[in-house]
Amino acid sequence: MTAIPLPLPRRRFGVALAVGAALVAAWTVVALLWPSLAPFDPGAQDPLRRFAAPGAGHLLGTDQFGRDTFSRMLAGARPVLQVAPLATVLGVLLGTAIGLVAGTLGGLVDEIVMRLLDAVAVFPAIIAAVLFVALAGRSVTVMVLVIAGAFTPIVARSVRAATLVEREKPYVEAARLRGERPWALMGREILPNVGTTVLVEATSRFGDAIFAAATLSFLGLGQPPGSPDWGASVSDNRVWLQIAPWTVLAPALAIASLVVGIALVADALRARWEAS
Amino acid sequence: MSDGLRVEGLTVAYRGVEAVSDVSFSVAPGTTYGLVGESGCGKTTLGRALGGGPPPGGAVTGGRVYVDGVDVFGLSPAELRRWRGSALAVVHQEAGSSLDPTMRVGPQLAEILRAHGRSRADARRETLGLLEKVRLPDPAAIARRYPHQLSGGQQQRVVIAAALAGRPRLLVLDEPTTGLDATVEREILDLISALRADIGAAVLLISHDLALVGRLCDEVGVLYAGRVVEQGPAASVLSAPKHPYTAALLGSVPRIGVSRRSRPLAAIPGRPPAPGEQARGCAFAPRCAAADEQCRTVLPVLDQVRCHHPGASAVPAEVAGPQDVPAPGAPLLEVRGLTIAYGRTTVLHGVDLTVRKGEIVGLVGESGSGKTTLARAVAGLGPHGTGTITLGGTELAVGVGRRDQATRRRVQMVFQNVDGSLNPSHTVRTILARALPERTLKKPGKPGKPGKPGKPGTGQGDPERLAERSGLDPHLLGSRPDRLSGGQKQRVAIARAFAGEPDLVICDEPVSALDVSVQAGVLRLLADRQRATGVSYLFISHDLAVVGYLADRIAVMRDGRIVEEGPAEQVLLAPRHPYTASLVAAARNDPPREREKEDATA
Repeated sequence: MTAIPLPLPRRRFGVALAVGAALVAAWTVVALLWPSLAPFDPGAQDPLRRFAAPGAGHLLGTDQFGRDTFSRMLAGARPVLQVAPLATVLGVLLGTAIGLVAGTLGGLVDEIVMRLLDAVAVFPAIIAAVLFVALAGRSVTVMVLVIAGAFTPIVARSVRAATLVEREKPYVEAARLRGERPWALMGREILPNVGTTVLVEATSRFGDAIFAAATLSFLGLGQPPGSPDWGASVSDNRVWLQIAPWTVLAPALAIASLVVGIALVADALRARWEAS
Repeated sequence: MSDGLRVEGLTVAYRGVEAVSDVSFSVAPGTTYGLVGESGCGKTTLGRALGGGPPPGGAVTGGRVYVDGVDVFGLSPAELRRWRGSALAVVHQEAGSSLDPTMRVGPQLAEILRAHGRSRADARRETLGLLEKVRLPDPAAIARRYPHQLSGGQQQRVVIAAALAGRPRLLVLDEPTTGLDATVEREILDLISALRADIGAAVLLISHDLALVGRLCDEVGVLYAGRVVEQGPAASVLSAPKHPYTAALLGSVPRIGVSRRSRPLAAIPGRPPAPGEQARGCAFAPRCAAADEQCRTVLPVLDQVRCHHPGASAVPAEVAGPQDVPAPGAPLLEVRGLTIAYGRTTVLHGVDLTVRKGEIVGLVGESGSGKTTLARAVAGLGPHGTGTITLGGTELAVGVGRRDQATRRRVQMVFQNVDGSLNPSHTVRTILARALPERTLKKPGKPGKPGKPGKPGTGQGDPERLAERSGLDPHLLGSRPDRLSGGQKQRVAIARAFAGEPDLVICDEPVSALDVSVQAGVLRLLADRQRATGVSYLFISHDLAVVGYLADRIAVMRDGRIVEEGPAEQVLLAPRHPYTASLVAAARNDPPREREKEDATA
């Protein structure tokens, strides 16, 4: 009998991780350096070259004001990559803290906190966004807060679930028996062991945050119309879809590639963390 | 062509690392061969390889297996599948998981019979016959039930019935009674011995339990690090072992009637080697006191026993005099009228229990008898109930959160779940350091938090000291729990429990997850720590022999009540309650010869 080789799943992770990481890295570089990468000023209008088809000169054509679609696509990476990481970090931090406290303390605290979060979760995020923008005006801060607020209950719920599992384990009971304070119980005993859950949440939320930021701008609640932001660009140009589809496709594909890139990285990392 | 099972030079490897090396034995039809070994010695790998399919990730790299003359490895995949369906039956550990939870028991058995070509009506009839054969009461009612509606013992009987349905030529029983209570285990074993002549198949019993193998098997093979180190008739191997490992293994099994007062348990130092880390010579040499240069360099050949010095002792001789055990003092823990219910189910009915200073009280009973609930109530981890628990005269608050720091430190616990009892993200040093009372005292600027000073002057001080007292190698202090063996983990847990100099340590099944040779070491450690510190133990176990070794007094629990309580020897040797008597009978390790006599007279 010949030896049957073990399946080698590591290679597949490797390819997915490499492709995803390359996409994310590329967009990050673009967000930072677009002024020197873009062939045209994304705001410069050229009334003589409206709706130019993709080709020489304008790589991805131009829009209704003759602005270069390619340059606008590059410039649009920055607002999205400003909002999404901040919103993700804030939402995950808040959610983790709440989930950890509720899960560790349990009882009445848990009950009250989780019901409050349920109330936040069922309140439509879009309406909340409209409300906040009406009150505080359009700004990056408002976008970050709205997205983080929508993520907090989701993160809190899964961290709480992981905490409940850990809390029943004997090492936590041993810590309670020797009289560890609740803070030490949460921070030193439980938190390191729900770390995987927190990281998985963070990577999944990051992809969602990109989408959420683009959606808010599409609805006119994030970046103002006319800005090169991807969501705003899709919104501005959707009426010209028939005659100049490139003006919508470019920002849409940009969003898709970044979200897919993050998802690939997230899946690969998750598989590794959960295996370890 | 009815010559049973013949295994010749079987070798199984995982990625080039041999897990089973050159194993040969044969089992005649109608007889039982017992394969004994500790976890990781390759017995399950061997059992799987016999079915013609290497376990996932492994490969058979040498040897032949014949069942009734059929060369199993020579079969084509299609033939192998047909052969497995007709000639092989395997009963795994955890019977419940090998039954389909969505199907009633009767149809499940009938399906197997139909696959063997019976008609629908025949299959139905035969199903009831099979259930009757495995001594299930009211087979017609059982057949209509779903697996989850059966007890663990009943499930195992159904699985055995399913195994018999195909009239197998080879029956492999892989740890068939693990997880079952002693009395249920006894019944299952009796059933298997009653059936083996009837089914006429070669039976291979794989187990870590020497007593079980001795009771049931005609021949045994002892497996160590993937090799058979000794084989022969069960009676002679178990009563006059020749290999030092077999002898040490037998010596490390606690027996009813052996107490820590009479002699210390003979523990085997070290742990079995992991596959791949074996030396050139005898795999047992690193743990063997009789090992010399030859043992370390030359692999001994197997001729009944695989050893250069058969008959030598692996464990250095000890002064086997009676051990000095201090007499118990005044009552420390007093439980009075404790009643606890989960929802509407009352699990403790007015339990009274006293543990004196320096006394070890053993709590025995089958699963579901309420022993863990009682222990957790004392620790303050359980649900609230009525009744009082006092420690040294002061009443304990129900929840551990309501006890003050000093009181908390007085009651510590060692848990059954060795994997969960240590924080996987901490090193052993951190785990022990966090348990030391000085940690909270050293931090200045936290006034107003009363804490009993950690008895200054005794200098129990640092993690190194704690580890050393628990018999842990100091270089393990930097490791995380996933690098430790089960025994090492439990030693860390014991060191942690003793860090705050407790008065009472609750041990909830502390050794039930450990191998026999490791179990003996942990039991000795518990006995040593008790003698050195004079603490009291509330020691819970389902294993009467283990409890009998440690305990001064034994309380027997059943259905939430203590049915018998008394000095350990009296409870074990002259039980008064019929339930205790049945437990003792089930646990008593009858030597195989006596069993034969019983059979002859029966």
